[in-house]
Amino acid sequence: MAEVMKIEILRYRPETDKEPVWQTFDVPFTREMSLLEALAYIKDELDPTLSYRWSCRMAICGSCGMMVNGIPKLGCKTFLRDYPKGMKVEALANFPIERDLVVDMSDFIEKLESVKPYIINDNPKSLDDGCHTQSPKDMAQYKQFSMCINCGLCYAACPQYGLDKSFTGPAALAILHRYNQDNRDAGKAERMKIVNAEEGAWGCTFVGYCSQVCPKDVDPAAAIQLGKVDSAKDYVIAMFKPGE
Amino acid sequence: MTKRKPYERKMGATWWLKNAFHTKYIIREGSSLVIAIYSMVLLFGLFRLSQGTDAFNGWLGAMSQPAWLAFHLLTLVWTLYHSITWFSLAPKAANLWLGQKRVPDSWIVNSMYGALAGISVVGLVLVLI
Repeated sequence: MAEVMKIEILRYRPETDKEPVWQTFDVPFTREMSLLEALAYIKDELDPTLSYRWSCRMAICGSCGMMVNGIPKLGCKTFLRDYPKGMKVEALANFPIERDLVVDMSDFIEKLESVKPYIINDNPKSLDDGCHTQSPKDMAQYKQFSMCINCGLCYAACPQYGLDKSFTGPAALAILHRYNQDNRDAGKAERMKIVNAEEGAWGCTFVGYCSQVCPKDVDPAAAIQLGKVDSAKDYVIAMFKPGE
Repeated sequence: MTKRKPYERKMGATWWLKNAFHTKYIIREGSSLVIAIYSMVLLFGLFRLSQGTDAFNGWLGAMSQPAWLAFHLLTLVWTLYHSITWFSLAPKAANLWLGQKRVPDSWIVNSMYGALAGISVVGLVLVLI
């Protein structure tokens, strides 16, 4: 006989609710059950109107970000057994709630696009020149930042973003740093304009919670601090190149 | 017509009390308040010094009052807390390599503690000579 656990979910149905309301569900659970599976149980067996995003079930699609007891988590990587006192689940913080656990992430997506998250090189090497070589050191400059799955947990963890939505934010700046550090890329000058801006790296006050909550062990706080170092160098160099 | 009606949650003035990590962050940053006051008091001491021995001794006497001693103790403890948390974060802002090997975080943290100890010793020597 499975045990039963109470899961509280912040519901928001825009056609009927003025503001979100808490609703409690009794879910039978086993040791292996993830929060995502619990949500599927609720939707299948208790209330088919519950809305949430999911896809891969294995922490790679980045769809199922939500707040669990006030902490940003992936539903698929959160297990009921770790919450003996129960769970309060709500939509990812710092984003507008679209419906129930679904948020509107378009602001983050726009920021992600703005950092030109792709290799820029107007003069790519010809195939005849052979392959790009990267030493382990070259690769270590960017590899961990390339593990980002765009789940948005770091934005939900960041009070700077919560207080001022113009801040470019942890993931976008980490991905920006990822491409700036890649020695196949030649787009750093374009991206530094974003890093140097008030809402770029300097909008960060090094709270550091983004790196704590990242489900892929990316360290956006480190990327942003290194961005500040780059930005400071950029500023000093620009002083010696007036008119540019 | 759209049926969308996105709901914005407000953070409120107490956002930093709702999460232990954020509370620690505000405590870390809060040290800047006492450090600002401490700096003003110290500057005022320098100003009194420029006015002569009596003025400076008056300031020194005021600083020996229990309330000011307590304030200085609070500033010291709070600043040390800021330093410890800052030292532990410092490796994130440094990307140092020796050849093909990254300088371990512990080296950076330990060297900052070493620098703190060294500067404190120099400060003590200057005061006690």
